[in-house]
Amino acid sequence: MTDLKRRRFLIGSALGVSALALSGCDRPEQSPEVGGVIRSAEKLTMSAQRLLLGRDALAREFAETDISPAFRVNGTSAPDGEAYAQLVEGNFANWRLKIDGLVDRPLELSLADLKKLPARTQITRHDCVEGWSAIAKWTGVPLGSLLAATGLKPSARFAVFHCADELEKTLDGSGRYYESIDLIDAFHPQTILAYRMNDQELSVGHGAPLRLRVERQLGYKQAKYIMHIEIVDSFAALWGGNGGFWEDRGYEWYAGI
Amino acid sequence: MNQETQPLRSTPLQSTPRRRAIFIRRHAVVTRLSHWLNVVCLSFLILSGLQIFNAYPQLHWGQYGMDSDPAFLTIGASESHGMPHGFVEIGSVSVPTTDFLGLSKVEGEWTPRAFPTWLTFPSYQDLAAGRNWHFFFAWVFVINGLVYLGYGLVSGHFRRDLTPKAQELAPRHFWREIVDHARLRFPAGEAARHYNVLQKLTYIGVMAGLLPLMILTGLTLSPGMDAAFPALLDIFGGRQSARSLHFITASLLVVFVVVHVAMVILSGPWNNLRSMVTGRYAIRSKEPDA
Repeated sequence: MTDLKRRRFLIGSALGVSALALSGCDRPEQSPEVGGVIRSAEKLTMSAQRLLLGRDALAREFAETDISPAFRVNGTSAPDGEAYAQLVEGNFANWRLKIDGLVDRPLELSLADLKKLPARTQITRHDCVEGWSAIAKWTGVPLGSLLAATGLKPSARFAVFHCADELEKTLDGSGRYYESIDLIDAFHPQTILAYRMNDQELSVGHGAPLRLRVERQLGYKQAKYIMHIEIVDSFAALWGGNGGFWEDRGYEWYAGI
Repeated sequence: MNQETQPLRSTPLQSTPRRRAIFIRRHAVVTRLSHWLNVVCLSFLILSGLQIFNAYPQLHWGQYGMDSDPAFLTIGASESHGMPHGFVEIGSVSVPTTDFLGLSKVEGEWTPRAFPTWLTFPSYQDLAAGRNWHFFFAWVFVINGLVYLGYGLVSGHFRRDLTPKAQELAPRHFWREIVDHARLRFPAGEAARHYNVLQKLTYIGVMAGLLPLMILTGLTLSPGMDAAFPALLDIFGGRQSARSLHFITASLLVVFVVVHVAMVILSGPWNNLRSMVTGRYAIRSKEPDA
């Protein structure tokens, strides 16, 4: 190990890596250079999947009888804070979905407004990054139709979902949940903002009043408690800069596998 | 004292009064490189795979599966009489596995953990890192496999070295090889120039059976690939079935590696290793019958 590398290694350890059992075998994972090479496979995976998938290949839709009896409430089970509590109290009558950013006509929609719009219902499988799967029926508004109504500016590239839940308590708010998808997934026919699950109003545990379903990706992309959709050309300036809560904690932005 | 020969496939061994070795070229450079790259890939794939398994240590069958859904394999930890213990549950049978599976020590502390730190990469719990390493080496493994496949077809390696001949598959010959293997009597002399039929069938089974199954079941775990190729879900009976098959097939690969390494050691470790590093394999002629 060169001196420079050793110094970097020591600094890295001082920054908290030392808390981990740093056996010799783990050293490759601790090296930023190696990590960069290892993580580059994500780009290859995304390119390969996009090539094979095309824009419109659909995730499998199941029958009513395939719906699984249990569906784990994952991540946050109820967002903290007075603001959200008041929304629940008022049955989300005072909740508004804001869509803004790189759009010609920003929108502000109530839950009632959303329910009046043409809806899509789909029975799909939810795949957690941990390995489990559950099948449920979702009803909601296709995201593409809302984005078309706002009129995206030519520079628009990603839709960012800002959520009400804080999964990690931090002083600067960086523990707040957020997610992002690109426009190919945003305009996919199965990408919906769901307000019903298994023929019931979406429960608080599963993300009331509105959650994202982006069916060709893993569970952590399915943001719950959506408050605000921001259209951006880059998510580099948002929190950790990786496009999502879990992405800022080492998970892939493209969660197709 | 060693007589060096270049590819000497058809020249018969000379009968000499003394026992002597000649060298043949056993493995082409592509085979050797892809073999060792495979060792690296499989090591990381298995250790990072167990890291990923640890995030959800249950196996189900069917399209869905989670927590309370019926699981045919669970690795877990529970507490009885104030003492934590680890267990593996297969169907209704529970086996205590404290200090290995379900519950093991992490930095001196008893920690619920399906596979212990020394069987996962990274050793500490980090699903994101485990996934990154798994997919990186999955790509290297697939590309390596395709290069080897292309080479094997074009060079005639598969046809010449791995396809069993009709007489090798005759029951009598086949049975004799099984008996010889069981007695740890390995081919010598002329017969050692080629793979025996058990080797051929094993290598074909791994390359044409287990490895493609590994890749296909792995791809079925991807919601993206399931949308691109919905037939995957029908072939394997669902994502959770595919996850279970991925685990079972990986276990069979581990069994193969254990037997493979054992055979390498029993049938002359240095000669075998040298042939997979330099390509040169020594053949010792049998003592001539006086």
